[in-house]
Amino acid sequence: MWLFLVTEVLFFGGLFMCYLLYRVWYHDAWAEGSRELDIRLGGFNTVVLIGSSLTMALAVRAAQTGKQRAIVGWLLGTMALGLTFLVVKFFEYREKFEVGHVPGYNFHVDPAHAGIAGPMEIFFSLYFTMTGLHALHMVIGFGILSVICWMAYRGRFSPQWYTPVEMSGLYWHFVDIVWIFLFPLLYLVDRTGQ
Amino acid sequence: MSHISPKSTYYTIFGLLMMLTALTVFAAFHHLGVFNFPVALGIAVTKATLVILFFMHAKYSSRLTKLFVGMSFFFLLVLFSLTLTDYLSRGLKTYPGGAGGAGYAPKKAAAPHEPAAEGDNEAR
Repeated sequence: MWLFLVTEVLFFGGLFMCYLLYRVWYHDAWAEGSRELDIRLGGFNTVVLIGSSLTMALAVRAAQTGKQRAIVGWLLGTMALGLTFLVVKFFEYREKFEVGHVPGYNFHVDPAHAGIAGPMEIFFSLYFTMTGLHALHMVIGFGILSVICWMAYRGRFSPQWYTPVEMSGLYWHFVDIVWIFLFPLLYLVDRTGQ
Repeated sequence: MSHISPKSTYYTIFGLLMMLTALTVFAAFHHLGVFNFPVALGIAVTKATLVILFFMHAKYSSRLTKLFVGMSFFFLLVLFSLTLTDYLSRGLKTYPGGAGGAGYAPKKAAAPHEPAAEGDNEAR
């Protein structure tokens, strides 16, 4: 499982590299772009996702101590928080579609920033790629957790064997870590303007 | 493998993560000059480390697992540092004082995306 996560680190690492390079090149556009994002929604989602990591860790603990009912409960909590995250993300995306910040034919920015419209489009391309892939990972994680939850409900796990719970927990924490980096890099950086 | 952390550990780590989140948002709204980016990144790294060590039990895992965790971030650093040594040093020779963010000084340095340094050497 850790080996798979190593490949995932480098998969997202490539995107972060891309982000970093364009940030160095188009510093102003990055600052403007990040100011367009809603920090309240981003912050709320950060809290939600870290909370879901907590419930996931407690689910693994329940599996370790053999408390079948508790596993199901914590897993359902994790899935509920994951779903909350995705719903908030949906509204964030919809707002971006409405104001025309989605890269492509209808992309447009505030006329005041017309000079850096091109680089800002790159910023939003990266924003959608990175958060989109992150959201995809969450959808997959949600699917995995549903299966694990069903297995736990059927009493498949014991303190001797709870590997699937632990593995899906590692995956879920990894997705959380990706967001821990995405949040400051996309939402927070250059808020004050430099 | 079967180290069982007490529940209080998880709640403590969660509390720390929440505090760091609040701190990073707080710091983002203050003008720290060049330090805004390192501070935000430093807090993110701290949070990730907490999650890996305690939520993902890396602290209590075998040496092999620890090696893999370290390896992934080592190669991530290789990716970042090697790429940036290239891009950030471009134009250092042709543009006195360095091009700053290479590629983002197009008015002064002519086509900094091109490997201008080599052509410059030949011209001399």
